[in-house]
Amino acid sequence: MPEIITKDGSIKQDSWVVVPRPADGESLDIPDQPALIPADLWLAGKEHFEGRDIGVWFDSHDEPELLDGLVNELPLIAVNFPKFADGRGYSIARLLRERFGYQHELRAIGDVLLDQLQFMKRCGFDSYALREDKDASKAARALNFFSQGYQAATDTDVPLFRRRAS
Amino acid sequence: MYVYDEHDRQIAAERVAQFRDQTERALAGELSEDEFLPLRLQNGLYVQRLAPMLRIAVPYGMLRSEQLRRLARITRDYDKGYAHFTTRQNVQLNWPALEDVPDILAELAEVEMHANQTSGNCIRNTTTDQYSGVQVDEIADPRPYCEIIRQWSTFHPEFAFLPRKFKVAVNASEKTDRAAIQVHDIGLQMVRNDQGELGFRVHVGGGLGRTPMVGPVIRDFLPELDLLTYLEAVLRVYNRYGRRDNKFKARIKILVKALTPEGFAEKVEAEWAHIKDSPTHLTREAIERIQGYFTEPAYDSLENATELLATQRFENRQFDQWLSHNVDSHKKPGYAIVTLTMKKTGTPPGDVSDTQLEQIAEVADQFSFGEVRVTHQQNVVLADVRQDQLFELWQCIEPMGFATANLNTLTDVICCPGGDYCALANAKSIPVAESIQRRFDDKDFLYDLGDIDLNISGCMNACGHHHVGNIGVLGVDKKGQEFYQVSLGGSSHHDATIGKILGPSFAQEDMPDVIAKIIDVYVDNRKQEEPFLETYRRIGIEPFKERVYA
Repeated sequence: MPEIITKDGSIKQDSWVVVPRPADGESLDIPDQPALIPADLWLAGKEHFEGRDIGVWFDSHDEPELLDGLVNELPLIAVNFPKFADGRGYSIARLLRERFGYQHELRAIGDVLLDQLQFMKRCGFDSYALREDKDASKAARALNFFSQGYQAATDTDVPLFRRRAS
Repeated sequence: MYVYDEHDRQIAAERVAQFRDQTERALAGELSEDEFLPLRLQNGLYVQRLAPMLRIAVPYGMLRSEQLRRLARITRDYDKGYAHFTTRQNVQLNWPALEDVPDILAELAEVEMHANQTSGNCIRNTTTDQYSGVQVDEIADPRPYCEIIRQWSTFHPEFAFLPRKFKVAVNASEKTDRAAIQVHDIGLQMVRNDQGELGFRVHVGGGLGRTPMVGPVIRDFLPELDLLTYLEAVLRVYNRYGRRDNKFKARIKILVKALTPEGFAEKVEAEWAHIKDSPTHLTREAIERIQGYFTEPAYDSLENATELLATQRFENRQFDQWLSHNVDSHKKPGYAIVTLTMKKTGTPPGDVSDTQLEQIAEVADQFSFGEVRVTHQQNVVLADVRQDQLFELWQCIEPMGFATANLNTLTDVICCPGGDYCALANAKSIPVAESIQRRFDDKDFLYDLGDIDLNISGCMNACGHHHVGNIGVLGVDKKGQEFYQVSLGGSSHHDATIGKILGPSFAQEDMPDVIAKIIDVYVDNRKQEEPFLETYRRIGIEPFKERVYA
């Protein structure tokens, strides 16, 4: 069972699996356990998934606008980082949280390394599927390298220039 | 000048600790080279041809004398006793050891300096006019806005992994553009609207490199309080839609071109509509707080020293030449702006020794309120010198090698480190600069030619800004041999233009002759006081081609 890092740096076990996008002509094969499926496929067959532990995942080139108004029907949304240097997932996360008001768990999956964790946390991710070869015991430190940031983001709506004023 | 408060100090200290941790993990093999690469780049650390290279940020070019002294000490303790002023107002060390870098960063943090985001695919150091705050015709001092952008862009959680590097420049004068804003990813021109309100004209998608472009205007007037939300909208559109499949097509200019400037502007406006009233919207109070750091120094109330200077000029021809070329007028009566040129023939443009750094600190303390500005032309400005002390200053800096009276002339070359140091370069650039400087060592002839921007890059990454030189030189590699391609007619100012390639490239030893022929064509064709660029625009490239390739 994969280890998942939480926002406070602790480690939890979790049985959610990421179901890859089926190849052309193939159908979606959902195992009998909590599953994350591609967001557009969930939207297309939404009524079939009611009452089941189904969440969705976005790839970095996907548009979160797809689920505007529907996000809170999902218990878990994941955003894939195909390569750690692909920064599109940060924008996707902020949009899901700040624009579409997503309230439940938002997970970073894929090429998730220690030095991205604090950026991810600030953009609204609250769980992280750290890449398996990385040392999960160092996550708590990596999540808290900085005690504050200059900007407003998902984690705070008070940028430093407003904190200084108060 | 901006001074850190407890928040800035804490963030700087945490950054040093973070990089120490990252370096330790890299050295212990816990981070692969690929994984460490963006982390070290975002701390300014390259691995170069001969050794690592550390690029230290000089936010919008401003340095205090204590910072210069610390840089001098660092070059002595950790490097070979010299540093290099870059074409983006930063400072580079050429020989630090990787394991020493965390200690260097700690030493820098003590004097409120850092190497944050001086490289990598993130928002880089914001640059501006080196005459900010002291020139006569600026709309407002751009430095507070640069500092506001610096803080907003520092470790921005959404924009640390952009498709490619991202550079912002701000200019405040409507007559001049010393910041080359139209060849930046975002160029902000300060303007006032019909109601007299302060704001910015926003250019997006300019840049040099492989596909040089002048940045189109995507918004005519952006009110100052909207600065950060609008930047955030531009960056978000770029982060989401900029190309990531091809490094050479990943800059924002390619996206702007693909969508058309109008199409790009529409996307930004749509994004901005959602966030313009977010907490990132600036407050009057926040701007005024930062402006409070850029107040005028304690100027003496003086008259212009016109007569004194006239006498001194009359008595000393060299001083006269220096005054004419390296000294500019200041907004305060009795003061002047002095440029210390780092372009002495025989020294790589922009290179300074530890002793010279300390000498600059000393003259800054003695003559200019202890502050200097680094220019993108790789010179150093003393912005607040009393006119009645100019002669004394000149006597002081002449033996130091900072009074070469060639500012903005042909021999005030902008030049990247090139193949002598840089791993990316196709060809050497420093020897070309030097051979041209030697060829044009007759001062009277040089002055007669007037202002000519000669810019040299050792490869198409264009750190030497060759596309926007009136005369541009680009080093190219042809089957392992170094050749040089010449372009004419470029400009980085308000009339920003990408130069046109003259024709087939030349061998290094031919370069002084080639430049001499180009200059001959100019001299033969110019009308009265016509500058090089105007003659070129009037007569076109053909006469130059005919002479050079005859």
